[in-house]
Amino acid sequence: MLHLVLFLVFGAICVAGAINLLVQSHPISSALSLVVVMASLAVEYLLLGAEFVAAVQVIVYAGAVMVLFVFVIMLLNAGVEERTKGSQVALILGIPGVLAGGLLVAWVLIERTGTATVGLGALPGFPKTIGNLLFHDFLLPFEITSVLVLIAIMGAVVLASRPEPKNPEKES
Amino acid sequence: MVPVSYYLILSGILFSCGVIGFLIKRNIITIFICIELMLNGVNLSFVAFAAQWQHLSGQVFVFFVMVVAAAEATVGLAIIIAVFRTRETLNVDHVNLLKL
Amino acid sequence: MTPSLHLWLIPILPLIGAAINGFFGRRLSRQTVSAVALTFCGAAFLMGLYVAARFSSLELPHAEYLGHWIRSGNFMVNFEFYLDQLTLVMLLVVTGVGFLIHIYSVGYMWEEGGFYRFFSYLNLFMFFMLTLVLAGNYLQMFIGWEGVGLASYLLIGFWFTKDSAASAGKKAFIVNRIGDFGFLIALFLLIKHFGSLNFSQVFSSIAQQPAETAGIGLLTSIGLLLMVGAAGKSAQIPLYVWLPDAMEGPTPVSALIHAATMVTAGVYMVARSHVIFEHAPNALTVVAIIGTLTALFAATIGIAQTDIKKVLAYSTVSQLGYMFMACGVAAYSAGIFHLMTHAFFKGLLFLAAGSVIHAVGGEQDMRKMGGLRQYIPWTFMTMTAATFAIAGFPPFAGFFSKDEILARAYEANPAYWFIGVTTAFITSFYMFRLWFMTFFGDYRGREAAQHGHPAHGHGHGGHGDPHESPTIMLVPLMILAVLSVIGGWVGIGGRFEHFLSPVFGEGATAVATEALSRSTEITLMVISVAAAVLGFYLAYVLYLKRPELPQKIADSLGGLYQAVVNKYYVDEIYADLFVKPLVDGSTRILWHGVDQGVIDAAINDTADGARHVSDSARQMQSGNVRSYAGWVAVGGAVIIAYMIWMGVR
Repeated sequence: MLHLVLFLVFGAICVAGAINLLVQSHPISSALSLVVVMASLAVEYLLLGAEFVAAVQVIVYAGAVMVLFVFVIMLLNAGVEERTKGSQVALILGIPGVLAGGLLVAWVLIERTGTATVGLGALPGFPKTIGNLLFHDFLLPFEITSVLVLIAIMGAVVLASRPEPKNPEKES
Repeated sequence: MVPVSYYLILSGILFSCGVIGFLIKRNIITIFICIELMLNGVNLSFVAFAAQWQHLSGQVFVFFVMVVAAAEATVGLAIIIAVFRTRETLNVDHVNLLKL
Repeated sequence: MTPSLHLWLIPILPLIGAAINGFFGRRLSRQTVSAVALTFCGAAFLMGLYVAARFSSLELPHAEYLGHWIRSGNFMVNFEFYLDQLTLVMLLVVTGVGFLIHIYSVGYMWEEGGFYRFFSYLNLFMFFMLTLVLAGNYLQMFIGWEGVGLASYLLIGFWFTKDSAASAGKKAFIVNRIGDFGFLIALFLLIKHFGSLNFSQVFSSIAQQPAETAGIGLLTSIGLLLMVGAAGKSAQIPLYVWLPDAMEGPTPVSALIHAATMVTAGVYMVARSHVIFEHAPNALTVVAIIGTLTALFAATIGIAQTDIKKVLAYSTVSQLGYMFMACGVAAYSAGIFHLMTHAFFKGLLFLAAGSVIHAVGGEQDMRKMGGLRQYIPWTFMTMTAATFAIAGFPPFAGFFSKDEILARAYEANPAYWFIGVTTAFITSFYMFRLWFMTFFGDYRGREAAQHGHPAHGHGHGGHGDPHESPTIMLVPLMILAVLSVIGGWVGIGGRFEHFLSPVFGEGATAVATEALSRSTEITLMVISVAAAVLGFYLAYVLYLKRPELPQKIADSLGGLYQAVVNKYYVDEIYADLFVKPLVDGSTRILWHGVDQGVIDAAINDTADGARHVSDSARQMQSGNVRSYAGWVAVGGAVIIAYMIWMGVR
């Protein structure tokens, strides 16, 4: 019962945040709405027992990635989104299509899962067990993702760096 | 005891919102934010299935998704900065030089 | 079993000559080229003589089988040769006259470009003609038939850079083809109903059938279609229009092909197929009518022509009409007899005309000739012999053959005879008109040249007085002149007919009623000689004594005369009736409609379609990032849907 209530409350917050994200015109508002979504998702994870994942979600996702987003928004001084003439196809076809698709997927998943239920804290995801899995069964993906992160860092530094000012008098 | 399907519905809603935003928003950064939203929705369904089937690899996968999302966000934002420097705009409709 | 005479050599020898001259002639000297051509043609002639020498020891008809050609179920066609009296006559005429004309051509064409090409074509023509004559079945004859048409086209259009010559060559070939179409259909009918094209087999099958006297049955159809083919090849109504135009070719070509040999192929074919015609009397009547009408028609056109070669061309058409008239009343041997004498005197007339043209430097208009007999005496004498021969004066060759035909025509139907005699009168008239205009009176060429009229033909400009031709051109003239005189004597006492009787049977079975009495024969003979003399006298009056009369007569006849001069506007009628609609239809339907509208359009539209498709497809590459996003979403949705569908199944 508590599980259901908590789920519904934080689920509502998630959805509200998502819709707010769509509705807002200033990107900073959208970013902050996403933080709200992430935080409530962390609670949902906790309800399912995934403690480590919830913690990582808050620390890494909401705490680092979104901060990065906010920094960039403020760096570029992004303003309110203006209305430009673009493709209206996305608007007209996209929203109904997506909704339909989403409903269809949901219906199928519901069919498949049937009446399975999960309890509060159904699968405890202790850091120790997850760590074990990471370093034993999933070692290779782990190492590869670390290389990926390294590459991403180097790429970001190169892409975002200011180009060298060209000095015509300087020789060589 | 919450049916798994509820989690999945929530995940689906989040994902759909992400797709909708991805399609209709005109600010590049907002579009990126919507991509993150999509990823979050997917994460939730991973964890829900992990709980249903009592398999921890679902949660480990969430971990990896987050890492990749972080890397992707980093590089994407760097690109946006580079594009902003040349085009002076964050409106995706103005970045149309690749027109045939 | 008589031993093989190697008849296949006779056509092959000229073919070898044609090949040598055709492939290597460009690099050989004129002497070599002429030597090659004359050697191989002469060799064919010698072989013909050899065959003639061996003739009495042969069992006739003599067939030689060379190899099989078509084997299709029960239908079989071989390469085979067939020798009987008719073949022998044709063979000797073709090779003999051909050889003489080859000799003449060496002199006539000496100054011309393309010397080797001319002789290559000439030898090629001999090959095809001999194939036609010696053929043992209709298909082999058809090869020769088509081949002589080809050679004719090549030779008429010899000076192909000249538009009129090229057009004349095309006209000849196309009109011939129309006739060949009829021939082909006849062959198909023969194959269908008799299962073979071999002469012996076909004729023996037909001989067992009764004669078709009513309506148009199978044999009548075959006969009529064969006649269509003969009309095309031998220039009868309605397919004669190519022959006058064919005078664009060099004069030896006119002599060989359009007087002595190719045009007689039709007569030969009808004579060879006499078994068919005997069983189809209606077809035979059609043959006679066509021949008679053509004879008269062409003769009337001939009296108004001013080009010396055109007069002879129409004369040829008219004389061929006589031959068909003869065949039409089942007097085949008379027709062949006239074919032989005609080859002599018409060939001579053309060669002599060539000599005259050569003498006056290329001029062909008779109004610009005259009084030439003191300048070119040998040409004059030989041409005189030929003119008297064609007019039918005894004892020249033409008299015997023409008289034979007229007598047999009278037996069949006096109407034929009457038209024949009228035509003989007209023939005599226009031939002597030609004779007087060319050789008598004053030479009108000088003032014409002074007025700056250019000489056409193969002119080398006016070069002073007319001069006699070189000896190499005169010798064939003299030989043919002798033949024109004595050539008819083989017919005296019916010896020629008797010689050919094993081929044709004893006289006509279908047409003649009773033989003429001696007095009737002599009366007819006298009348035809009188007609010839009358023609001579009329020509004498109009063109020598009172040369101003022809113009007055022409003026008083007005429109009728104009019609005759313009050949009754037949060419114009054909052009409007057949050629123009065909060309228009071809342009509009086949060219614009099918070629451009369907074939070109198919390709162009395919390319256009590809272009339009890619044009639409590239709308996707708009440069608009959001549309890309949209497409990504759509693609993702499709994949998800597919996976769900796979999962749900």
